[in-house]
Amino acid sequence: MKRTIAIGNKSFSFHSLKELLAKASPERSGDLLAGVAASSGEERVAAQMLLADTFLSDFLKNEIIPYDEDEVTRIIFDQHDRIGFQEIVGLTVGELRNWLLMDETDGATLKRISKALIPEMVAAVSKLMRNQDLIKVASKIKNVTAFRNTIGLPGRMSVRLQPNDPTDNMKGIAAEIVDGLFYGSGDAVIGINPATDNYKAVTSLIYMLDELREKFEIPTQSCVLTHVTTTIKAIENKVPVDLVFQSIGGTQGVNDSFGVSYSILKEAYEAGLSLNRGTVGQNCMYFETGQGSALSANAHWGVDQQTIETRAYGLARCFDPLLVNTVVGFIGPEYLYNGKQIIRAGLEDHFCGKLLGLPMGVDICYTNHAEADQDDMDTLLTLLGVAGCNFIMGIPGADDIMLNYQSTSFHDALYIRSVLGLKPAPEFESWLQKMNLFDDKMTPVEMPSSYQFFLNASSL
Amino acid sequence: MNNKKLRTQIDNPWELLREYTQARIAIGRCGTSVPTRELLDFKMCHARAMDAVHIPLDSQKVADEIERVSSEKVILLHSAAPDRSQYLRRPDLGRKLSADSVTTLASLPKATSVDIALVVADGLSSFAVKKNIVPVLDRLIRDLKKNVYTLAPITVVEQGRVAVADEIAEQFGARMSVIFIGERPGLKTPDSLGIYLTFNPKPGTTDERRNCISNVRTEGLVYDQACLKLMYLINEAFRRQLSGVDLKDEQEHQTLTPSNELIQIAY
Repeated sequence: MKRTIAIGNKSFSFHSLKELLAKASPERSGDLLAGVAASSGEERVAAQMLLADTFLSDFLKNEIIPYDEDEVTRIIFDQHDRIGFQEIVGLTVGELRNWLLMDETDGATLKRISKALIPEMVAAVSKLMRNQDLIKVASKIKNVTAFRNTIGLPGRMSVRLQPNDPTDNMKGIAAEIVDGLFYGSGDAVIGINPATDNYKAVTSLIYMLDELREKFEIPTQSCVLTHVTTTIKAIENKVPVDLVFQSIGGTQGVNDSFGVSYSILKEAYEAGLSLNRGTVGQNCMYFETGQGSALSANAHWGVDQQTIETRAYGLARCFDPLLVNTVVGFIGPEYLYNGKQIIRAGLEDHFCGKLLGLPMGVDICYTNHAEADQDDMDTLLTLLGVAGCNFIMGIPGADDIMLNYQSTSFHDALYIRSVLGLKPAPEFESWLQKMNLFDDKMTPVEMPSSYQFFLNASSL
Repeated sequence: MNNKKLRTQIDNPWELLREYTQARIAIGRCGTSVPTRELLDFKMCHARAMDAVHIPLDSQKVADEIERVSSEKVILLHSAAPDRSQYLRRPDLGRKLSADSVTTLASLPKATSVDIALVVADGLSSFAVKKNIVPVLDRLIRDLKKNVYTLAPITVVEQGRVAVADEIAEQFGARMSVIFIGERPGLKTPDSLGIYLTFNPKPGTTDERRNCISNVRTEGLVYDQACLKLMYLINEAFRRQLSGVDLKDEQEHQTLTPSNELIQIAY
């Protein structure tokens, strides 16, 4: 592997693949905070030029985090499809970018080589790609999953209905759910971030969601986003769990900080499968990720945050998840400073996840201490709609009153569906029409005749 | 002239549900978009939240008011983050004192040891401090004195994060630090004050050794309740000689969800 590149009368050297990846990464505050970013614009492009000439096979000879010391590295290398890799063995990273963009490289081809790519190769190629490249290649890939409905089909975009309440107030949550359903959200999942991890509080939320879903006969799944060990306990106690949620990251250290490991995730996955609650499919895992989590857990090994994020997808794909989303702007400006950085990261994460075979969604979001606003979210939402993102978040008025951040709203979801002609998951679409919430052109009904039924059935 | 009023908005028949939640439900729509009134209300909330982050704290004024209600000496300090932009990009700098502030503290005459160092910092909301700190400290200091705790001079830190209190407490030889700090603003909560308590604070102390009281404001956890909770934690921390996860508020066995932990890290 070449480590030095001469440009004019200047020469740029990089000690390792890890350093090359970090310095080739588009600028973001988290890499500057970690001290791994390029020190000038010229050095960044020089790193990208050298990276473009690096062979994919070099990534198999240079572990950026040691195999013996990191579980995620072991998973990535142990699960690598070396036979499939023969198809792309001669490519450099720069050639991989070109090949991904070729018209003859279609969705089926990209699916076939998905497991032949390790996350580091995918992260590397993303660093050479412009935003439109990230969108174009991602739009070729359809990663379809199913539980009680089918998510990720062409021409569809699903929404996670996120009815969070700062005190887990049941009536408040029910009111948000009903509002979201009336606006056509909830086909990805109805998923609550609970205010506490307390077992009793969590299970009463699971029961409440299950009861509402049954009463309304909604073809969707529910989830209370609590720690995976709490969910395992609930499953053991026969609580009606649909999806098993966990936040994960791209190093063993960050997963330690989340209190999880491969074996805990595997136990949770098997517990979820054992309930056999899916009707049209059995994808039962839900993962959230986000650039910067490893640095904030001080477990980043000097690796740039986008490469680590992509490694998390290598872990996620071991468990055939129904849903994976990056929570792209949640972590704060010390990792992604402004709208530009958040938009770029959202497109990178979506592309990398899709290419690695994941049913990728994005929580398009920002906090009030980042330099970002609704206009930035509109931009990213529109770009991700074009890129074929599987799902986004739906929160009343985009304002999460529990987590105190802004994401996308039920209205935003209707906007993107209407301008791009996208529809909800087919089973959910039929249900919205059957319940007279949407008409046959998928326009919301002004006075749904069933709305009083929903209110009564939710004890509202 | 055409007197027919154009229809410009579709209201939702389920508006009555708004009594159950602060969430922005049943806001109506024009086509599938948000009506202008709601759009501008959201913008105003966001503007207020951004202002809370970016408008500097008038620390001299806060110091004067604290001196007036507490008759305690107040010292002005600054973190190693020179300005807001650096503060937001470099959390590590907000956790340390500037060289000038280190000198200021070193030059002060000090008792060999005191019980508690009270620290005030702007954090991510100057509004939170401006609005809440005087009534909170007014109540708290009276309670602390009743319980005969000895206090270090009160400090007000600009561009400070939670851990800056560790260094200050160590300088004063204080057995406990209590820092009052502006929390990351939400759209509906631009002025929420957080309180972090640490027993035996030292630079390098990690967050699991702290106890936190969050959402202190007139529409949230009100001052009397916040002070009651804080006095309970202070008394228990001194009795058991520890703070953090092992010192939970017995009335409230709440642990943080992973997503909440991410918020805490921002401090």
